[in-house]
Amino acid sequence: MAIRSFLILFILFFFSSLNPILSLYEDQVGLVDWHQQYLGKVKQAVFHTHKTGRKRVVVSTEENVVASLDLRQGEIFWRHVLGSNDVIDGIDIALGKCHYPFIRRKYFESMESSRWADGVGIFSSGSKALKIITNLKIEKDNIVIIFSNGRLNAVSCIDGEVLWEKDFEGESLKVQQVIQPPGSNLIYVVGFVSSSLFEMYQINALNGELLKHESAAFSGGFLGEVSPVFSETVVALDSTGLILLTISFQNGKISFHQTPISNLVKDSFGPAKIITSSVTGIFAIKMNAVTIVIRVKDESKLEVVEKTNHETSISDALSISEGQQAFALVQHASHEIHLRVKLAHNWDDNLLKESVKMDQHRGLVHKVYINNYIRTDKSYGFRALIVMEDHSLLLLQQGEIVWSREDGLASIIDVTTSELPVERDGVSVAKVEHNLFEWLKGHMLKLKGTLMLASPQDVAAIQSMRLKNSEKSKMTRDHNGFRKLLIVLTRAGKLFALHTGDGHIVWSYLLQSLQKSKVCQHPIGLNLYKWQVPHHHAMDENPSVLVIGKCGPSSDAPGALSFVDTYTGKELSSLSLVHSVAQVIPLPYTDSTEQCLHLLIDADKHAHLYPKTPEAISTFEREFSNIYWYSVEDDNGIIKGHALRGKCTGEVADEVCFDTRELWSIVFPSESEKIIAIVTRKLNEVVHTQAKVIADQEVMYKYISRNLLFVATVALKGSVEIGSVTPEESWLVAYLIDTVTGRILHRVTHHGSQGPVHAVFSENWVVYHYFNLKAHRYEMSVIEIYDQSRADNKDVWKLVLGKHNLTSPISLYSRPDVITKSQSYFFTHSVKAIAVTSTTKGITSKQLLIGTIGDQVLALDKRFLDPRRTVNPTQAEKEEGIIPLTDSLPIIPQSYVTHALRVEGLRGIITVPAKLESTTLVFAHGVDLFFTQLAPSRTYDSLTDDFNYALLLITIVALLAAIFVTWTLSERKELQENWR
Amino acid sequence: MKWVEVIVSFILTLSFLSFPSCGFQSDELLVDDEEFGLEGAPQHRSPEPIPTRSPPVTSPTRKRHSDLDSDSKIQFSLDHAFGDSDFSPAGTFSARLKTWSHGGQNLLESDDFYRIRLPSNVLSPPGRDFIISSVKARCLPRESLDEHFVIHMEGVNVLAVNYGSPGSCPYPRNLKLPAKWSFSSHTVLKNSEQAPRAPVFTEEILGGENAEGEVVQPAERSFWAKYWMYLIPLGLIVMNAVTQAMNMPEEQATGQVPAQGQPSAGAVQRGPSSAVRRR
Repeated sequence: MAIRSFLILFILFFFSSLNPILSLYEDQVGLVDWHQQYLGKVKQAVFHTHKTGRKRVVVSTEENVVASLDLRQGEIFWRHVLGSNDVIDGIDIALGKCHYPFIRRKYFESMESSRWADGVGIFSSGSKALKIITNLKIEKDNIVIIFSNGRLNAVSCIDGEVLWEKDFEGESLKVQQVIQPPGSNLIYVVGFVSSSLFEMYQINALNGELLKHESAAFSGGFLGEVSPVFSETVVALDSTGLILLTISFQNGKISFHQTPISNLVKDSFGPAKIITSSVTGIFAIKMNAVTIVIRVKDESKLEVVEKTNHETSISDALSISEGQQAFALVQHASHEIHLRVKLAHNWDDNLLKESVKMDQHRGLVHKVYINNYIRTDKSYGFRALIVMEDHSLLLLQQGEIVWSREDGLASIIDVTTSELPVERDGVSVAKVEHNLFEWLKGHMLKLKGTLMLASPQDVAAIQSMRLKNSEKSKMTRDHNGFRKLLIVLTRAGKLFALHTGDGHIVWSYLLQSLQKSKVCQHPIGLNLYKWQVPHHHAMDENPSVLVIGKCGPSSDAPGALSFVDTYTGKELSSLSLVHSVAQVIPLPYTDSTEQCLHLLIDADKHAHLYPKTPEAISTFEREFSNIYWYSVEDDNGIIKGHALRGKCTGEVADEVCFDTRELWSIVFPSESEKIIAIVTRKLNEVVHTQAKVIADQEVMYKYISRNLLFVATVALKGSVEIGSVTPEESWLVAYLIDTVTGRILHRVTHHGSQGPVHAVFSENWVVYHYFNLKAHRYEMSVIEIYDQSRADNKDVWKLVLGKHNLTSPISLYSRPDVITKSQSYFFTHSVKAIAVTSTTKGITSKQLLIGTIGDQVLALDKRFLDPRRTVNPTQAEKEEGIIPLTDSLPIIPQSYVTHALRVEGLRGIITVPAKLESTTLVFAHGVDLFFTQLAPSRTYDSLTDDFNYALLLITIVALLAAIFVTWTLSERKELQENWR
Repeated sequence: MKWVEVIVSFILTLSFLSFPSCGFQSDELLVDDEEFGLEGAPQHRSPEPIPTRSPPVTSPTRKRHSDLDSDSKIQFSLDHAFGDSDFSPAGTFSARLKTWSHGGQNLLESDDFYRIRLPSNVLSPPGRDFIISSVKARCLPRESLDEHFVIHMEGVNVLAVNYGSPGSCPYPRNLKLPAKWSFSSHTVLKNSEQAPRAPVFTEEILGGENAEGEVVQPAERSFWAKYWMYLIPLGLIVMNAVTQAMNMPEEQATGQVPAQGQPSAGAVQRGPSSAVRRR
């Protein structure tokens, strides 16, 4: 009786909790997710401190962000992220004398409208010599003179109208400088024609009238850029880079004056390079590592004022009062940087001299911008904004770093994760609530909240308590595996470790192997791999990551490896390779120290094994014949399969070098197909069930192979922008290829479709997103692949008697017997990235994570992309969870993982399984970073964070008390009965 | 007598079929023939037994591609290579005459790759590049050397060729020499499939919304989801009380019976407990 009613209760409870929650409650925001905003490396900065009110600095960055930062804290006041097609070449404040909010708006409007005025002309990319002159006035209208792409434009500030324009494009002139002498209405445009002819145009800034045009030839030729020193004098280098040329064009007369560098400095260091700056009378040249600052005395006389071995950056000139220009000079000395502010005409005195202690992991100073302010004692003070080698941005004032921003995190190349240390004595642990009283108080508050007795103050207290939960940012491993380190590699060659709990930077390390050096002028970071993942020695060994980089963009550039400890952030060792790195294959084998074996394929198709230990080699040789890989020649349209052959023969007799051979190739017809997307399964993905039970008790076996490759090709004409081809001349072909044998398992053509294709591959299915030209809509298709060769194993008796082939090893050399099922659905958004959730055991149902064009992440249940959806599913199919067929995929507003936030410039989504089966960790990165935990089928295996333990305890105590009371009561009653 | 003959031939065929490594093989071949409409059984394709070490004889041309379309009339040149050796011509595609008279046995013993290649363009060979495919040599030998080609075409271009054994090739590949060192081939030409179109509903918009509506769950948690932890203990208490309440009247009833009958202390003592046990 009691059991039955209990069962009923239990069933009732079970059904009531079945409705899954797809979204967050308002008070759950920020509990498990965090969001960080960045800008990218600053290209240009303009201070905006003219008026009273809050002081700001406007910056433009390499990630195409324009932002205004608060000068006090460095917080973002406003920010606009432009697309990758909208490269910002220059910014300046146009209406400095207007009221502030107006300026801000107007500033943008003038930029936007002038872009509209002539299509894409003005603000298009690739024009280095962009120059903006802003302090001109016609009547009451300020005008902005903009030079870009060989064209000079004058734009009205009021409505963005182009007042006049002058085209230099037709005259084969390479414009080097656009100079406006202060206080005049003239503009000089100087440049070179065919590297030996110097040309000068004098233009009236008010109406664009050409006043003068002079040219003069110089037999020695010119090298690189010119630096303006006076309003009518520039400095250039001759083609050998050994002679300095002072070119003056006063009154339209061009004259050259040559000064060999060896006259200025005794010991010459080879060809020089001019560092352009806008400081009157001063310029700098750089020869190898030596920087020489030179002052120009009346027209032609040059004088060396400083020669230094330290890395030096010079700011642009800042006019502080009538006719006075100040500039800043930053020099790097091992642990600190020296900032000097000088007046342009007075080298010997410093307006300001400060030394600031600087973290070595920020590298060298790349850029410096200065700004002045009036101190309390009415003298001039200066603050400097510096951009470091690791792309971070710092504000220096009064010899201190006022604030710093880690803007390198806006350009993440690769991400991997690492476990935190196991909790034990001596490991740094953040403070937790040790106090029992505190603990009880917290739970009493929660109890009040649950019973709806809490006052608004209590509610606020509960919320802040939840947000500040110190548990989540502890530096040790947790039972559920929610706390991890995200190791990210940025474009600047810096490694960061971010804590998944709250996103704080645990450590950062500027990799020496990825820094510019004499041997390597343009290092590029490529990838991050897990190098050592200790399981057996988790207590006494630290995990480490492998960073792979190469020297320069060419394919045969030598590679570089670094090994970094993920707990301490110290570089364990680094290697400069003699060979190049074309491909890295992490092998599923480890040696006794739990280092993962990696195979590096170079451009000559030799394979190199790392680590180079005898043990690794012997492990590797055991698996020698089972290693296959593929390579893709994108531009050629060829995919090739390879295997190992034997030890390297030839001049390099290396123990860990192996020859390879080609096993198969697929040649796409060059005239009709072009590879645009290649996707494989994640190497560490776990599949829980191999079979899928479908509605009528049938079993379908998933074709699960780690060696499947999804390739999408489009017609050559279709590889351009959407809208420029007709549906007839564009098609898209999707392939599933086995990478061991090169078999094409499935091939399907979508006529009238085109890229870009984004795809994700998981288990036995692939989902891809493309544009359907006929329907004028985006589409998503799914292909599921099933193994028919095991389809006979349905008979229970066969399974019982062991007469099945489920346990026999599968060889890919057998002829595959597969069937595929596919379906297409319309999808409203265009997509920036697609990922899929992954969990430890692969039991939890999957969700697709779609990075939408609006920079948000949308979670879409995989059930919507089931090829077996039908218009009217039968009862059995409904029970299986098949959703009735619709033509488009639903976008449910509550299922945005990023809720109200945007991950600006979204580039990638990474999912990492937590230890708890139901939960997956999601990290989305672009200019912004976003992290959250997701439970695609709810957290069925754990209590929620806000579970009230106090209430449970009280209930248990109350129950115990009740049992005790009733027991005594019944005892007493029995006694009375007996006495009767 | 006739009956016996049938049985004998049946057994013979059975033993023939089961002789090569595993039982699934015959199945696979049958499926293959059905699926692609190839003519003739494998036995018919090698009419005369060729001894192992015989010089290459020009065996009669075997037809091995289907007459499905005009593409099948084209002849390709087919090259092959043993392990790492260079490619040497192995005949044209429509009539492959070479045998494995040289190098074949070595290749089988080392279980190395047997590679073939085709031009990527059938009209102007070799096209841009050769299409290469390979298989572990021990996958091929059965009765003779059985091979299976799937050639993926796109117009006049050959995209890829899937080369391998016609059936399965189970993993521990045992060394087995074929009875005949000649090839018996099966060839399939494949073109790209058309993708299914996205279903277009114009009228059933309502239905679609309903389907979506099913998934959109009410944001509010139900009463049970919120308060189950309080209700279950409450239910238990209630049940406990109910059982107590039910026990009491019966206890009283059972307790009174012996009191009325014999006023023995022992009976009174035992009465209620036995009653409880009986229930």
